[in-house]
Amino acid sequence: MEFALISLLNGVTYGLLLFMLSSGLTLIFSMMSVLNFAHASFYMLGAYFAYQISGAASFWAALLLAPLLVGVLGALVERFGIRKAHRFGHVAELLFTFGLSFLAIEVVQLVWGKAAVDYRVPSALQGTLFTLYSTSYPIYKAFMIAVSVFMLAGLYSFLTYTRIGLIIQAALSRPDMVQALGHDVPRIFTLVFAGGTALAGLAGVIGGNALVTEPGMADAVGPIVFVVVVVGGLGSLTGAFVASLLIGILQTFMVGMNYSFVDFAREIGLDIHSAPLLARLSLTQFAPVMPYLLMVAILIFRPRGLMGARET
Amino acid sequence: MKTPPLLNARRLVFWSAYLALLVLLPLAVHKGYWLSLLCQIGINTVFALSFNMLLGQTGLLSFGHAVYYGLGAFVTMHALRAINASSLHFPITLVPLVGGAAGLLFGVAFGYVTTKRAGTTFAMISLGIGEMVAASSLMFPSFFGGEGGVSSNRVVGGKGLFGITYGPQIQMYYLIAGWAFLSILAMYALTQTPLGRIANAVRDNPERAEFVGYNPRRVRFLMMMLAGFFAGIAGGLTALNYEIVTAESLSAYTSGLVIMMAFVGGIGVFFGPILGAALITVLQIVVAGATAAWPVYFGLIFLLVVLYAPGGIAGILLEQMKLWRSGELRRLWPSYLLALVPAVILVGAVIFLVEMSYALVNSSQTGSSEVRVLGFGLDAGRALTWIAGAVALAIGVALLRAAAKRIAGDRYVPPLPQGRT
Repeated sequence: MEFALISLLNGVTYGLLLFMLSSGLTLIFSMMSVLNFAHASFYMLGAYFAYQISGAASFWAALLLAPLLVGVLGALVERFGIRKAHRFGHVAELLFTFGLSFLAIEVVQLVWGKAAVDYRVPSALQGTLFTLYSTSYPIYKAFMIAVSVFMLAGLYSFLTYTRIGLIIQAALSRPDMVQALGHDVPRIFTLVFAGGTALAGLAGVIGGNALVTEPGMADAVGPIVFVVVVVGGLGSLTGAFVASLLIGILQTFMVGMNYSFVDFAREIGLDIHSAPLLARLSLTQFAPVMPYLLMVAILIFRPRGLMGARET
Repeated sequence: MKTPPLLNARRLVFWSAYLALLVLLPLAVHKGYWLSLLCQIGINTVFALSFNMLLGQTGLLSFGHAVYYGLGAFVTMHALRAINASSLHFPITLVPLVGGAAGLLFGVAFGYVTTKRAGTTFAMISLGIGEMVAASSLMFPSFFGGEGGVSSNRVVGGKGLFGITYGPQIQMYYLIAGWAFLSILAMYALTQTPLGRIANAVRDNPERAEFVGYNPRRVRFLMMMLAGFFAGIAGGLTALNYEIVTAESLSAYTSGLVIMMAFVGGIGVFFGPILGAALITVLQIVVAGATAAWPVYFGLIFLLVVLYAPGGIAGILLEQMKLWRSGELRRLWPSYLLALVPAVILVGAVIFLVEMSYALVNSSQTGSSEVRVLGFGLDAGRALTWIAGAVALAIGVALLRAAAKRIAGDRYVPPLPQGRT
């Protein structure tokens, strides 16, 4: 019971972090059909910027400034890179962001070194919020949930209730019509790209110190975010939300369960002496490949993803 | 329309020349260093061409092509171990086929899932499959050998036919060259078959291909299987050449490298990836030996090609050939020469700035922030050197733009075709 509750809380925290990344990716994708391969690089930059700013000023300044900086960077990338690559089609756009992600890691290594930097949780947020049975739940994780939920509520109301949000929504499905009505669609694209990357940056700010801030962090989370988007269904924000939570919770549970198939068989009374390697692997060992197995299963049984509306 | 015969004089000359080049090249190089470089180029050529069967010919951008290459290499290595332990009798000459078979098998298994979708989704799924295989390499240390990888010996006791043991690197080179030539020829022949043509149709317009009566999914699946086969052969050759395979051979890094080789070489033309494989392999060894900043240069070259020359080197060459044939190049070459000056300034400025950044960052370890330029020592710790670099960069950009405008102005623009397009 204790394990289940704590894992659930941790899983939700991780899942919300994944959603902050996947929501930006989905928004950018469904609007411009651009798969931003460098999305996780912006997450990494957010963490490094936050480390730098919180060293010079404070964590709270970093919480505000780092996502803004990442967003500005994203806008520049869209304006002077992706728009140029767009002339040559989607493959060129994808490869451009792919090259960018490669370069980003190298630049980060150059500026901040190859080892992890000491980006810590601020002292005001250290400590225990409550103790459940015998496991303590840190304040910072609750803070992460609060920031994510606040941000997502903000994003939702921005897209639903503001004029510019409605124009963005319209441009998602009918960019030509929106253009014909006199709106500057390329500028909306830049804005959405900046917003999406800023969200990734924010995820980096609050995730970098909870996990670890190192040059490998983009590669660690990038493929999983892609899996989330495929599993949720391309272009569906709700789908991305469900898939983020699903993968976050599943993975957290699996990491905590040191059970293998053989152990399970023993539990129900079967005594197995020799078993193939696959049956002897524990769930913990399976955790890293679980998202990909889930993706394969979804593709076989429901190719459009959980909530996807279209096939391609 | 009548299709031209597969064997014509031009092709015969071209392929014979290529074969002669492969046979004669090792005679020109004497040092073992260059010989092993040639071996690496041969392997990478097959790998890059197998990748381009997907991207260039079928329109499938795979971020996980190293899976077939790496698994092919691992299976080959295990076969080699079995041969060494005498539990399997198989001539070494044919061992790369084991890698090919493994690549084909995994191409069938993974291709069934990945080719369900095309376009961007395929790219994401291939990335996921690649990550899955890379992650599972840690789960099965008995097969993947953990951190140390799997190693074996390609010289299997006794004298082989004509005394060929594949012990000396030169014999290994000819084995690689032979398999590479056969594979390249087979891949080229494939582009001329109905399957190759339909793959092009599926790439350009899957809907129309479907209307004509072909199932685009099946075409993608078939091409994926064949691409897996050739990637597996490249993997088998790697296993034989290095006698060790590590998990790096199926990592995202290797998948990225093959994208780079194919794209920089040019994905629109069959021979593009051959050029790309040779260039990137040489750069990788030469540049990485010269400077710590090589990943930055690689990234910049890649971005430059994506943004300014999406046809790659092959695309540029074909464009110049066209100009040569129309006689326009004779009018253009003064402008080209003129453009060379700012290009050199620009490249020099970029290299200077990158090297200065590295010198400055590493100065705490090396104890000096000096960059040597043409024999002069410049201190990267001073603002003046940075200003000089930035000014050179700005001048280079400005002049190159002017030169590009001049070239564009000099070019003969054909009148718009009337009536039909």
